[in-house]
Amino acid sequence: MRITRYAVSMTALGLVLAGCGSDAGEQAEGAADSTVEVQEDAEFPAGTTMAELAEAGSITIGTKYDQPGFGLLNPDGVPEGFDVEIGKLVAAELGIAAEDIEWVETVSANREPFIQNGQVDIVVATYTINDARKQLVDFAGPYYEAGQDIMVAAGNPDGIAGPEDLAGKNVCSVEGSTPAQNIRDNYPEATLTLFDVYSKCADALTNGQVDAVTTDNVILTGLVAGNPEGFELVGNPFTEEPYGIGLELGNTEFRDFINDVLEESFENGDWAAAWDRTAGAITGEDAPEPPQVDRY
Amino acid sequence: MQFFVDNLDLFWDAFLTTLSLSLLAGLLALVLGTLLAALRVSPITPLRALSTFYVETFRNTPLTVVFFFVIFGLPQIDFVIDFFPGSVLAVGLYTAAFVCEAVRSGINAVPAGQAEASRAIGLTFSQSLREVVLPQAFRTVVPPLGNVLIAMVKNTSIAAGFSVSELSSLLPRLVNANAGELMLVLLGVVVCYMVITLPAAFVLSRVERRVAILR
Amino acid sequence: MSSTLLFDLPGPKARARIRIATIVGGLVVLAVIGFVLWRLGGNGQLDPQRWAVLTDTRTGVPQALGEALVRTLRVAAVGMVLATLFGLLLAVGRLSDHRWVRIPTVTVIEFFRAIPLLVVIFALYFVLPKFGIQISAFAALTGGLVLYNAAVLAEIFRAGILSVDRGQREAAFGLGMRKSQVMSLVLLPQAVRRMLPVLVAQLVVLLKDSSLGFIISYFELLRQARSLVEFFTPRFGNEYTFQLYVAAGLIYIVLNVLLSQLAKYVERRTRRDKKTAATAEVAGSAEAPVGAPTGPA
Repeated sequence: MRITRYAVSMTALGLVLAGCGSDAGEQAEGAADSTVEVQEDAEFPAGTTMAELAEAGSITIGTKYDQPGFGLLNPDGVPEGFDVEIGKLVAAELGIAAEDIEWVETVSANREPFIQNGQVDIVVATYTINDARKQLVDFAGPYYEAGQDIMVAAGNPDGIAGPEDLAGKNVCSVEGSTPAQNIRDNYPEATLTLFDVYSKCADALTNGQVDAVTTDNVILTGLVAGNPEGFELVGNPFTEEPYGIGLELGNTEFRDFINDVLEESFENGDWAAAWDRTAGAITGEDAPEPPQVDRY
Repeated sequence: MQFFVDNLDLFWDAFLTTLSLSLLAGLLALVLGTLLAALRVSPITPLRALSTFYVETFRNTPLTVVFFFVIFGLPQIDFVIDFFPGSVLAVGLYTAAFVCEAVRSGINAVPAGQAEASRAIGLTFSQSLREVVLPQAFRTVVPPLGNVLIAMVKNTSIAAGFSVSELSSLLPRLVNANAGELMLVLLGVVVCYMVITLPAAFVLSRVERRVAILR
Repeated sequence: MSSTLLFDLPGPKARARIRIATIVGGLVVLAVIGFVLWRLGGNGQLDPQRWAVLTDTRTGVPQALGEALVRTLRVAAVGMVLATLFGLLLAVGRLSDHRWVRIPTVTVIEFFRAIPLLVVIFALYFVLPKFGIQISAFAALTGGLVLYNAAVLAEIFRAGILSVDRGQREAAFGLGMRKSQVMSLVLLPQAVRRMLPVLVAQLVVLLKDSSLGFIISYFELLRQARSLVEFFTPRFGNEYTFQLYVAAGLIYIVLNVLLSQLAKYVERRTRRDKKTAATAEVAGSAEAPVGAPTGPA
């Protein structure tokens, strides 16, 4: 009987595997929890979004679940990363504890609709501030300045030093992302290979199916950290990608509040601590200079 | 309207990609599927077992997983394949399992007398299959085979996640560039698919009537 | 027709030839398996440590996959029940004597059969909120699965209803039954029983299609596996990628094989039943089932 055969072999495999541990298991045991101090007596003018959220005691935050260092879902089903920590900082100032935040996955295609439909209160999702998007949503921040960079196989066999060298090369990125659009618009001689997630780009580079991977430098640094023998970063960022916090268009009070929270965290070290816990922990780099908040 | 005028090139390219992916994968699936069906009725046990194993595995695995193993699994056994051929292979291998099932049901529907008669006049196994049974089987399986192939056209949408710029890949791409035009992007993609699937369904129903065997 | 009719009972010479072919065929299959294992081993994919992640509870991987499996089963179960019910309704509607029932039904069926399920799910999740209808990822995924599969099942049921012997219908009318009674008491039960294998094949497709929930971030099995891969990538590179996808693939295969076996069991039970034996016999000799399984992923 087919079923019995499947069952027996699966059980046997399970028994064999149960006997040994995995590297991932070793590391999971050593992982530290992150905590942000929650503002206990937050008070806001009646009628504002801040007052509503503080009253409700919960906030819905959209973030990405597939951005190394910024937002990744851990096996327990909780997102972690720099974006997530920024979200927690904002929530904490509203008197909302990390466990009362409702996380929603937002992908590039649904960030604006989610904000417009009120399905999320804010979006912290490697969300580049640009003029087209400012027509649809408001941005607080930026809270981080990324730059598009290039990752190549270790040793840089094709001698790629910048985007100009991508001509005729096969370059990998993620469909629907700003870096992909940038290559398409400004470096049309490069051949684009577009997946839905960055891990596939990393695999394709390992297999030699593509010559380079391009996206924001932090994400690439995360990929290099996972396979330092296989990959290296070109280290020549050629764009500026200011990451902002997206919120409902025209809600100036709420935007000002978030900007205040960000500026405060830049000064008191919360921002740098959040970096060290997340993206910094992966890349091993110190926190950069915080960006200038743009109150446009 | 301006939106469609601006992006006409994109829609056209994506449409052609979906179409060529469908045609190539369909061809592969038909050939491989028929071969598998022949194996499944053959006298040689390991070949029959192989065919059964193939069909059961591919029918029960999500296409996304098949894609993954073709594009990223094959390099693990040192076969590196490009993305478009890889997608053709993935869709073709997956659909072949369904084609095999359809053809097999057709073979089973050919009256026993036909096979007996062809054996009686001295045709070998492969001759009787090729000259007598399969031609009749194909006629009975036009409707289910047609359904399988139309489903396959829509299945090619999975290739969007594996670097093939076909119609579904326009969804994330255009929505990111034109966040306000979600509805138009969807409408454009749906219409493009219907341009392929609806005429295909129509042609199939005509073919079905033409080749139907009256018994 | 049994397949043995295609070749004679083999004589001694043919038997020897088949034996040789069997051995050669077997060796080829073994050689292919051996080659794959050899290359996988050569690339370090068979390292026990890499597979241990699937059972190592400290990583949270087995728990995560288990929970995702439950979510997949929940969507699939609700989807199967609703799709079958709506499929029956649509099939009956398509065979209605009234044009005003028939035409809308045909439109619905053809529309949902013509566009990819991926697009339907995407549209439900992102477009409905524009009209003020809040919809959860679960509801959107289930809704998409139901709409698409109901349309496909409707065609399967219709073929089944049409294949019921005309005499059944005439006799039922002759007994003075009303149209609805003929349909619900005579035609449908026979049609469903006759179409059971195709029905189950389509339900297997539905179960696999639940993996399309990734596009609206419903964390079913495959999306969870992908998410775990993403999580491990910055820490371990692609150390666990292959293993996690193999695990997800195997779980789907086991689920679907179980579902197919269940269907075979039900089929055997109904066949044993005296009352239905006659129907089953007719079904056995019926021509190829008309609606073959279809559908994405």
